[in-house]
Amino acid sequence: MFSPAVGRLSRRLLEIRQLFAPSQVKSLSSRSFSTALNYHIDSPDNNPDIPWDFTDANKERIKEILSHYPSNYKQSAVIPLLDLAQQQQGGWLTVSAMNAVAKVVEVAPIRVYEVATFYSMFNRTKVGKYHLLVCGTTPCMIRGSREIEDALLKHLGVKRNEVTKDGIFSVGEMECMGCCVNAPMITVADYSKGSEGYTYNYYEDVTPKRVIEIVEMLRKGEAPSVGTQNPQRIKSGPEGGNTTLHGEPKPPPCRDLDAC
Amino acid sequence: MGLGIRALRATRSSALGRIYSTSPIYHRILSPSSPSFFRWIVTTPELQKPDAAAEPAPQPPPPPTPVGGARVQITKPEDAIEVFVDGFPVKIPKGMTVLQACEVAGVDIPRFCYHSRLSIAGNCRMCLVEVEKSPKPVASCAMPALPGMKIKTDTPLAKKAREGVMEFLLMNHPLDCPICDQGGECDLQDQSMAFGSDRGRFTEMKRSVVDKNLGPLVKTVMTRCIQCTRCVRFASEIAGVQDLGMLGRGSGEEIGTYVERLMTSELSGNVIDICPVGALTSKPFAFKARNWELKGTETIDVTDAVGSNIRIDSRGPEVMRVLPCLNEDINEEWISDKTRFCYDGLKRQRLSDPMIRGSDGQFRAVTWRDALAVVAEAAHNTKPEEIVGIVGQLSDAESMMALKDFLNRMGSNNVWAEGNGVNPQADLRSNFLLNTTISGFGKADLFLLVGSQPRVEAPMVNARIRKTIRATQAKVAYIGPATDFNYDHQHLGTGAQTLIEIAEGRHPFCSSLLSAKNPVVILGAGVFERMDKDTIISAVETIAKYGKVMRPEWKGLNVLLLNAAQAASLDLGLVPEANSSIETAKFLYLMGADDVNLDKVPGDAFVVYQGHHGDKSVYRANIILPASAFSEKEGIYENTEGCAQSTSPAVPTVGDARDDWKIIRALSEVAGVYLPYDNLEAIRCRIRVVAPNLLQMDEKEAPTVSAALKPEFTGKISKSAFGTTVENFYMTDAITRASKIMAQCSATLSKRK
Ligand code: SF4
Ligand code: FES
Ligand code: FES
Repeated sequence: MFSPAVGRLSRRLLEIRQLFAPSQVKSLSSRSFSTALNYHIDSPDNNPDIPWDFTDANKERIKEILSHYPSNYKQSAVIPLLDLAQQQQGGWLTVSAMNAVAKVVEVAPIRVYEVATFYSMFNRTKVGKYHLLVCGTTPCMIRGSREIEDALLKHLGVKRNEVTKDGIFSVGEMECMGCCVNAPMITVADYSKGSEGYTYNYYEDVTPKRVIEIVEMLRKGEAPSVGTQNPQRIKSGPEGGNTTLHGEPKPPPCRDLDAC
Repeated sequence: MGLGIRALRATRSSALGRIYSTSPIYHRILSPSSPSFFRWIVTTPELQKPDAAAEPAPQPPPPPTPVGGARVQITKPEDAIEVFVDGFPVKIPKGMTVLQACEVAGVDIPRFCYHSRLSIAGNCRMCLVEVEKSPKPVASCAMPALPGMKIKTDTPLAKKAREGVMEFLLMNHPLDCPICDQGGECDLQDQSMAFGSDRGRFTEMKRSVVDKNLGPLVKTVMTRCIQCTRCVRFASEIAGVQDLGMLGRGSGEEIGTYVERLMTSELSGNVIDICPVGALTSKPFAFKARNWELKGTETIDVTDAVGSNIRIDSRGPEVMRVLPCLNEDINEEWISDKTRFCYDGLKRQRLSDPMIRGSDGQFRAVTWRDALAVVAEAAHNTKPEEIVGIVGQLSDAESMMALKDFLNRMGSNNVWAEGNGVNPQADLRSNFLLNTTISGFGKADLFLLVGSQPRVEAPMVNARIRKTIRATQAKVAYIGPATDFNYDHQHLGTGAQTLIEIAEGRHPFCSSLLSAKNPVVILGAGVFERMDKDTIISAVETIAKYGKVMRPEWKGLNVLLLNAAQAASLDLGLVPEANSSIETAKFLYLMGADDVNLDKVPGDAFVVYQGHHGDKSVYRANIILPASAFSEKEGIYENTEGCAQSTSPAVPTVGDARDDWKIIRALSEVAGVYLPYDNLEAIRCRIRVVAPNLLQMDEKEAPTVSAALKPEFTGKISKSAFGTTVENFYMTDAITRASKIMAQCSATLSKRK
C-alpha cells in the first residue's frame, strides 16, 4: 500500500546521497577559476626584489608599442607590454616584471596587477616552455575536450596548471577560442624561443592520440602543422569535401532590390 | 552612512501602512472566522499583487525636504533644470546625477558604491530607479539628470530591481553579522532590511577570500566585501596612496594589495568609515563594543592645529573609539589616523592624584590642599621675575587665560606656549593664522610651502591641498628637507637661501608665482623655533607682497600652526617678556608642557607640572597636579584658521584630576591672589575682554591685513636647511606618546615610509 511512496522516497534519498557523494564534492571544490591566486606570495623565483628589465631588443619594441598611444595615455599600453614581458620571461609574469611594466607606463604597480589578474592569458605562475591550453567550452566539451585533457595530463604526468619536471610542458584550460567548428582544439603557446620566436598556434580537430603525437613532436623540436589535424578536412570545410554549395550560390530573389 | 536607518524606518512604516490599509489579507486574518491558513510573509505586497501599486495614492504627501540637508546651489539661473521625482518637480543645477536630484527631492536612494566625495564607479547597482521612457532601470548614481526627466523611485520595477541586486550582493556575503563589528551600523544590514527580499535562492557554495594585512589599524575580513571599490577610490583619490586595487574578476574578484604591504597613509582609518560593510573595520576596536551601547559626544580633536570635528564614542568612563564628524570647512568627513586611534592613550599613564617629590626623589600622593599650599608657598618665595609659566600643546583657552592671569598677579609676565618660539608675533592675527582658510584652498592655483610638511603636520590640510590639486591641477612648490608628499611637487630647495632668492626675484619660480591667479604661501610653524625666523618671515612677506598674494579679495599668506593651543595662546597674548627666562627661572609652572627643553632649567628651580599624562616633563617636576584631558572637559580651542571651537566632556576624568583652569583658580585663592571667576561663563567673560573672537564659536573672524607696516627683510639668515618639524607623525604629544596603538603604528608604518 505504501510501496509507491516508499519507492519515491528511496529514489529521492538516492538523489540526495549522490549529491553528497565524494565525486560530486570533489568536482564542486575543484571548480576552476580562470586564474590562480589573486594575491602574491613571495617565493625564491618570484619576489619584488629580483631585478627585472626588458631586453634591449624589447625596449625598441616598447617604443614602437608606445607610439600607438597618445603620450599622455601611456597606460593604454599596459596590456601589450604585459604580453611582451610575459614572452620575455618565458610565459609568465613575475612581480618584478609587472613592476617594470608599471614603470614604463608610469602608473602605480597595483594598477598593473589589477590588469594582470583580470586576464587569464597572463600567467602569474610558472608555465612550461610549451603551454598547452585545452579549450573547455561547450562545443569542444561535447566533442570530447575532457578526454583530450585527460590524455595530455596522463601522458605528461602532471595536474592541470602544473609544469612537467623538465619544465617543457604545462597544461591549462581556456575558454572558447573561436574554433568551435573544428572542435575539439588545443592551443600551444610556444615560449621556447623567447619573445622573438614566440608563437601561439591552434591545433584543431584533435583526438587523444593526436595530441600526444603533437606533444612528442614538440618535444623533439619539430613543428607539427597547425590548424585542423583531420586529414579529411580543409581548414574548417566539411570532412571529405563539400557536401553542399557546389556551385556559385544563386542570390535569393527577394534581395533583388531593383525588382522592388 | 546613516542613510540606512532612516530609509529603513521610512519604508517600513509606509509598507506597513499599506498592508494595513489596502491588503484584504490583513482583514481576513484578523477576522475570527479565518477559513484557511495563510503564509503571511509579504514584504512587498505590490510585487505579489501588481495592481496594488496602480491604485491612486489617497492624497499627495507634503512637499519633500532634501535628504541630510543636501544643499542645492544654482549659480546661474539658466543652468537650472527641472526633473520630476515621484511626480514632484525639483529644480537642480545642470550636471547633477539622478541620485543627487532624488536627494534634493527628499528621496533617499539606497547605495553602496556611490560616495559624494569619491568618483563615481556605478558598480553596485543598488541605486537602480525607474526613469520614464527608459527600457531598463537605470543606475541613478551614474546617470546625469536631464531636463524633464521623470524619475520613479517607488515603483514595483524599481523595488524589484533593488531586491534583485540585494539578492546578488548577499549571495556571496557571509551571514556573520553576530560576529561582525559593523553590525548595527552596516549599510548592507540596513538596506537589506529595507529593500531586500526575505529569502534568497542561492544554494551553491559561498566563496571565501583571504584576509589582507593592511597594518595595525585596519582589520580586514575580505569575505564580507561587496566589491564597491570605495576603499580603492578613497586610497587613490583622497589618501593619495596607490596601494589598494581590485584584483581578479568574476567571483574570484577581491580587494587587495597583491604584493603584501601595509597601507602607509595617514588617512587610512577613513576606509573603515566608508566601507559599507564589515570588510574593513577598526583593529583596535575589534570586538570591544557594539555601536548601540556607545554614547556619542561631538567634540574637537586636539592632536594637531586643525581642530577636526570628531565624535567620541564612550561606554561608561571609557573612550571606545573616535569617529569623524562632518564639517565642510575643516575636515569634511575625514580624520587622520592619529586623531582616530590615539584614544587608548587617554587611558594609559594618566596622572590621577596630586603628588609631591620627596627628598628621596620619589613621588608621594598628597591631598589637593597640601599640594596647592606647597605650590603657593614656593611661588611666594620666588622673585616675580623668576616665575615662568609654559603652556603645553593641548591646553584650552580658559586654562591659558587663567594661568596668564595668575602669573600676572604674582608679578610675572613670563608665560608662553610651547612651539611659539622666542618673541612670537602675536599682534596681528594674520601673522599667525591660516588666512586663506582650509576650505579657501579650493580656489588656489599655486601653493608655496615654506618649511612645512602638511602631510604630517596637518593631514586634513594636506588632504585639502591634494583635493585642490586633483580638481584644478594646482601646482605645489616646496622649500624644506626632502619629504614624502602624496602629490606632485616641485622641490625648490632645502633652506632659507632659496627663500631669499625668491624674495629677491632671482629664482625661476618667481615667474610661476607672478602668473598665478590665486597663489597660496604656507609658512610652517616649525620656523618659529629658528633663530633667523624674523628674517624668514619678512622674506616670506616680501614674496607675498610682490607675488600679490595678499589682496583684498584673496588672502594667500598663511601660517600653518602645529598645536591645538598655539592660535589661542597667541590670541590671548601669551608672549614672554624675556627670551632667556627659562634659564633663570626659579619657579616653573608647566601646564601640560612636555616638549620644552628642560635641560637649561636651574637645578634648584621649583617645577610644577600640571597635566594629564606622566610624560617627559614629569621627570623634572617637583610637584604634580593632575588635570583632565580634552575628552573630559569643556574648553575652547582655536584652530589654525582662527576658528574657535569647543570640546565637550565625553567621559568623566580619572582619579582626583580637575580641569586645568579650576586648579589654577584654586591655587590663586591659596596663594592669596584671588582670580575673579568661579565658573566657565565667568572665565569666558574674562576671555571676551582679551580676545573676543575666541567666543565666536565655529566662526572665523577675518584677520585684518596691513601690508604697509611690515619691515623689509634684513638681518642674517642661517645657512641651515629647514628642519623636519614632525619627526614621527604618530607621536607628537602626551596623549599620542602614551598610546599603544600609536606606538605600534610608528613601529610598523613610519619605518616603511
Ligand atoms: S572592502 Fe569595503 S569599501 Fe572596499 S570594496 Fe569591499 S566593501 Fe567596498
Ligand atoms: S568551444 Fe572550443 S573553440 Fe569554441
Ligand atoms: S550606488 Fe549607483 S551603482 Fe552603486
